[in-house]
Amino acid sequence: MKVTLFTTCIVDMFRSNVGKATVELLERLGCEIEFPESQVCCGQPAYNSGYVKESKEAMKRMIETFSNAEYVVSPSGSCAYMFHEYPHIFAGDPVWEPKAKALAERTYELTQFIVDILKIEDVGAKLEGTATYHTSCHMTRLLGVKEPPIILLKNVKGLKFTELPGKEQCCGFGGTFSVKMAQISEQMVDEKVRHVEETGAEYLIGADAACLMNIGGRMGRLEKPIKVMHIAEVLNSR
Amino acid sequence: MAMKIGTEQFKERVDNGLNDEFMRGAVASAQDGMSLKRRAVTTDELGNWEEWRNHAEEIRQHVLEHLDFYLEQLSENVAKRGGHVFFAQTKEDANEYIRSVVQMKKAKKIVKSKSMVTEEISLNAMLQEEGCEVVETDLGEYILQLDDHDSPSHIVVPALHKNKEQIREVFAEKLGYTKTSKPEELAYQARVTLREKFLEADLGITGCNFAVAETGSFSLVTNEGNADLVTALAKTQITVMGMERIVPTFEEMEILVSMLTRNAVGQKLTSYITVLTGPREDLDVDGPEEFHLVIVDNGRSDILGGEFQSVLQCIRCAACINVCPVYRQIGGHSYGSIYPGPIGAVLTPLLGGYDEYKELPYASTLCGACTEVCPVKIPLHNLLLKHREMIVEKEGKAPVSEKLLMKAFGLGAASPTLYKIGSKLAPTALNPFTSGDKISKGVGPLKAWTEARDFPAPNKERFRDWFKSREKGDK
Repeated sequence: MKVTLFTTCIVDMFRSNVGKATVELLERLGCEIEFPESQVCCGQPAYNSGYVKESKEAMKRMIETFSNAEYVVSPSGSCAYMFHEYPHIFAGDPVWEPKAKALAERTYELTQFIVDILKIEDVGAKLEGTATYHTSCHMTRLLGVKEPPIILLKNVKGLKFTELPGKEQCCGFGGTFSVKMAQISEQMVDEKVRHVEETGAEYLIGADAACLMNIGGRMGRLEKPIKVMHIAEVLNSR
Repeated sequence: MAMKIGTEQFKERVDNGLNDEFMRGAVASAQDGMSLKRRAVTTDELGNWEEWRNHAEEIRQHVLEHLDFYLEQLSENVAKRGGHVFFAQTKEDANEYIRSVVQMKKAKKIVKSKSMVTEEISLNAMLQEEGCEVVETDLGEYILQLDDHDSPSHIVVPALHKNKEQIREVFAEKLGYTKTSKPEELAYQARVTLREKFLEADLGITGCNFAVAETGSFSLVTNEGNADLVTALAKTQITVMGMERIVPTFEEMEILVSMLTRNAVGQKLTSYITVLTGPREDLDVDGPEEFHLVIVDNGRSDILGGEFQSVLQCIRCAACINVCPVYRQIGGHSYGSIYPGPIGAVLTPLLGGYDEYKELPYASTLCGACTEVCPVKIPLHNLLLKHREMIVEKEGKAPVSEKLLMKAFGLGAASPTLYKIGSKLAPTALNPFTSGDKISKGVGPLKAWTEARDFPAPNKERFRDWFKSREKGDK
């Protein structure tokens, strides 16, 4: 199966290991990976700050870039969700709305793609240790992907899984919110870190590099010995 | 009290909120407790919860689409039953009408049951100007009123920010209370004091949860029964409602009352659900001799028919407030409005303008918890986004530095070449701030981030470089 990778700018620039793990994992599961070089940012930071006009240019660029893809797969629920928002954002635009719709229909978050399209629930991964999982808001609430990451994680050999208390609560990232309302964001992420600690887990796993950058960044500052891993890295562990 | 509370700027209010350890603990445990209770009587008990939400949304949308029809029907039916109806376009109109009734009746002692819309129009201030004694009879509101008119921090549980010890102090100072801070004893004191007020009152004022157009009735939902005393004892009654708070018939009222109580307090029904129609009739043993219904617009018609219309679907259950992770940290007073939380962040700027409330739409991570929980399916986080778009593009109220940054974003993100160059240069540009694999003290937009968090240093080899060399067979 041919998969066109939408890595997201955060992974491309700051978490390239997540991209590498995604490629290796999907190849192992029998996919052929393509990475169009002309991909940029999905436009979410500007769009969510109210700069709709500015963000539309980036969106059009992305729609063009992925126009020939059979399956678009992203290791980020939030960025994949953004593609699903495009048809609403371009609603009423005779040229871009149909194109946006076609892209949204073919776009999947990584674990969603593995479980729902590849129909694989055990990727044969192995990782010794105890872990908890942060459910990202956009991925669970807006994209509606709730079960796939849990199904996949529960099948990782050696991994003991503990549920995160207050898992439905946002980590306080919220894109530009994290810098615009930094003080509030800090209190939110602090509560999240406390919950992660309560689980006693060695690993904090998530499916969105942005949330992990936030929680991981705070844990790093507080010198917490908990290791942060993206789910692609976990599923690529052998 | 007007819609606006306090005089501080947003930042100052948030600072106060964040520093109030007690309030934050109370809010967090109230949120956690409420969520469990709500879930038990919504998703868990009803099973087909989404059907309930769809139905409730449909009812509210139908009413808003035909609001002119239902307002007329309601007015006619109230008048038929001998009630007086006044349609107030502004809060001043509402207050003037109520003032005229108060003067005509020579009313001096007034009891009120809980009503957000009367807070919105600053009714109590006007009544006090008239020399009336106004007593709030909802226990939460009563506590706030006694405490030198402290502001509500929640639309259903207005005194959420106070603990029983603080309440004991207020009672001791204002009522000469000498007992303990046991809730039962405090409540008993309030009952004794308020009973006198009910018996003395010559005018009762209530809000309205839902008005029934077909019969000219209106409903009140309480757990304390105070609304029943307000409406049963005083000779004259004034009911004040927001113009959108209508249902066509009792059938829809039943559904929405159930949605309200389940979502607001996690109860299948509240202790009292009172439905009243017009003034006392010949065979009635109690009820007012004279009944006035004041229907308040105060900016609502401007919302109707526009991009924000769905906010008028709100049934004031506060479910969105009870799940909001931002409200959880900063509490209600930080919003500077009697309407806090996600619903407040959407509604307040619409009623009070962006000049005063431009920060509120940004006080959200857009996590969508509010939208997910709303029983009448208001797309709250989308409306917050819509506000941001209005502030940036129509009002031009965004900071210049941010505008420039976003302009650069627009250029950079839309151009693969610029993006490639920019992301390639990032490690070098950020090098002075980088130590190992992290940035601990950033500048520009990174400064606020690194106050509390490390920021990852950009990878020397971007993913795209790795992929390219791998394709070439280098790796």
